[in-house]
Amino acid sequence: MGLFGNLFDKFKQGLQRTQELVLAPMQRLLGLRRLDEDQLLELEDLLLQADLGLHAVERLMERLRFEMKRNAEIDPKAVLKDELLKILRQVPSRPLEAKGTQVVLLVGVNGVGKTTTLGKLASHLKSRGEDVLVVAGDTFRAAAIDQLELWGERAGVPVIRNQMGGDPAAIAFDGATSAQAKGTPWVLIDTAGRLHTKDHLMRELDKIHRSLQKVIPEAPHRVILVMDATTGQNGLVQAEAFKAAAGITDLVLTKLDGSAKGGVVVPILERMKLPIAFVGVGEGVDDLIPFDPEAFVDGLLSA
Amino acid sequence: MFESLTEKLTKAMKSLRGETRLTEKNIEDALREVRMALLEADVHVQVARTFLQRVKEKALAQGPDGKGTVVLDGLNPAQQFIDIVYQELTEIMGGTAPEHPLDFASKPPTVVMMVGLQGAGKTTTCGKLAKFLKKLGRSPLLVPADIQRPAAVEQLHVVAQDAGVPSYRTDSKDPVAICKAAVEEARIKGWDTVILDTAGRLHLDEQLMNELVRIQEGTQPNEILFVADAMTGQDAVRSATAFHEKLGLTGVILTKTDGDTRGGAAFSIKHATGRPIKFVGEGEKLDDFQRFHPDRMAQRILGMGDVLTLIEQAKDKIDEKEAEAMAQKLVKNQFTLEDMRSQLQQVKKMGSMQKLIGMLPGMGQMKAQIESVVTDKRMTHLEAILNSMTPRERANHNLLDAKRKRRIAAGAGRPVHEINQLLKQFLEMKKMMGQMKDPRFMKRMAAMKNMPGMPKMPF
Repeated sequence: MGLFGNLFDKFKQGLQRTQELVLAPMQRLLGLRRLDEDQLLELEDLLLQADLGLHAVERLMERLRFEMKRNAEIDPKAVLKDELLKILRQVPSRPLEAKGTQVVLLVGVNGVGKTTTLGKLASHLKSRGEDVLVVAGDTFRAAAIDQLELWGERAGVPVIRNQMGGDPAAIAFDGATSAQAKGTPWVLIDTAGRLHTKDHLMRELDKIHRSLQKVIPEAPHRVILVMDATTGQNGLVQAEAFKAAAGITDLVLTKLDGSAKGGVVVPILERMKLPIAFVGVGEGVDDLIPFDPEAFVDGLLSA
Repeated sequence: MFESLTEKLTKAMKSLRGETRLTEKNIEDALREVRMALLEADVHVQVARTFLQRVKEKALAQGPDGKGTVVLDGLNPAQQFIDIVYQELTEIMGGTAPEHPLDFASKPPTVVMMVGLQGAGKTTTCGKLAKFLKKLGRSPLLVPADIQRPAAVEQLHVVAQDAGVPSYRTDSKDPVAICKAAVEEARIKGWDTVILDTAGRLHLDEQLMNELVRIQEGTQPNEILFVADAMTGQDAVRSATAFHEKLGLTGVILTKTDGDTRGGAAFSIKHATGRPIKFVGEGEKLDDFQRFHPDRMAQRILGMGDVLTLIEQAKDKIDEKEAEAMAQKLVKNQFTLEDMRSQLQQVKKMGSMQKLIGMLPGMGQMKAQIESVVTDKRMTHLEAILNSMTPRERANHNLLDAKRKRRIAAGAGRPVHEINQLLKQFLEMKKMMGQMKDPRFMKRMAAMKNMPGMPKMPF
């Protein structure tokens, strides 16, 4: 027995060492039952690398220390998951339901994937058998309208446009009017990428709002902030600025198929109580999927 | 957020005023604050750690006897430490900045390959770079090699048109073939710089990364530039490293720096790849494109603009001897227009008036008022007027009659009444300085001398 016991221990030890070497550092730490000060610091660094930001990481570390005070052994992964899910589930996402004519406006800084997201969203709604009208509101970036028209073709939905450099508020107005007259359930409006620090461009969003409301008083029903998963702590400032200027109602997190895990949405959701409607995971038409908090947290904690 | 950081630091450091050397203990708080600043700015955790460790070691061993940097007069240890951090950050980011913006081939065409993730801004940046090169007298050709994103080719053609440069037209759908053919065409037709706009791709996508390698092999680019979004978070290290390992980058272009991001990604990328940041894109227009300034970026990342400015001023700028001579003159009431001019130049050396006023303690409410009177533009005008006088006139203001004033006005390009205004100001100053002999006044001045930002500024 003694021999076997010994062997068994050795085996276990060996396995542990292998695990330490083979497993990603985060996995190794989360597999422990108690963490010493050095290990806590290491974990803190790893969480910061997920773009969670200083504040949220502090909150997570506090919770861990609290649990370790109360219990002899803890499951760090379960603790972190619980705390993160608390933040992510504060506001459940609302499904897109056709009721009369629903106007959806997509906003965000340059290069996050607004046009691509809109294309995917149009396909998704169309495949549910609901009619969609797409409005090419990005009249600034060269060839943005052409890009959107190609997506329209793919999805089999009409795209209305005016010329480059035209007034996005005017074309939004036309779109809403036409959709309402025809009883089209969805109007998806693309807008030009704009940095949240450019006041004149942010005011343009307000103008789009007002012109939509002349047609449908409740419009836009959804204002979706599209955010790139590689975004760092500036995401928080972005979200606040777009909330103030355009009254965003939902987030879409794009490019989650990369190595960035989009951790910045945690501080955003913590502060702003917004739901995440979808996440983008590729360039294909079907690569827009509903947000699954649990899978998202697993991604964050698997680095 | 920046204010609170600076305030916190100032508060934490108050007790340390008067300490003459940097020690492990008196930089503790500064270290923590700088680390937080770096992380808030999205500098990668590991990069921040390595960097701070190095700066700390250096700071503690840098004194004349290797026992810790000497703290400059007027600074506290924390500020001294932040200064070292700032210098080091600037140094690492700029380091060996090459003299020429790009490595041009000795035998044209020079091939520049633009690579990066989706949405970093490659296509727009191609246009900006082309326009930049055109201004240098080169003749660039833009090549659309992004056949992934819908309408990307069309976008590049439009951008090329806006930049006033040609773009390569083809029906081919093979990026490698397009790039090779375009370089060949440039050789024949005499375009001296070929800019390849490749499709945005994830560094995880093996297949697309291999496509880049094939383009590289087929065109032998002189420059492979990684285009990176300044707002990128911690992932910047991973993506930049992956591109660098696969292709051997030669430089980096940072885009979207016109937002309010602190841009720590720039430092992470530089640290991870060791490649220079060559340009920054800073706006919607094709002209919003500049060569990279490491000092500006370092200030931005640290987000401690006012602390850094304060340090800068304490460090030198005001010539001690000149100030001493001035003080002598003041007491003897020999203040001349010449002295006024040299004072004006001293103040100008200290930086813009707006910034200066903003830093004076207790000037908050008065700021707007003062600014309306003492603008930088006005300073420039005053100087122009003084410069248009002859040395004799500056030595003796009584010489200035109507005829001389008209000549000066013409020389400075300012109306005559501004010259009268300046004279009036000068006489008031002179009068005020006459009062300085009054011992009560000198006592008040002595008290003011201890206020930061105030010393040796008689007006």
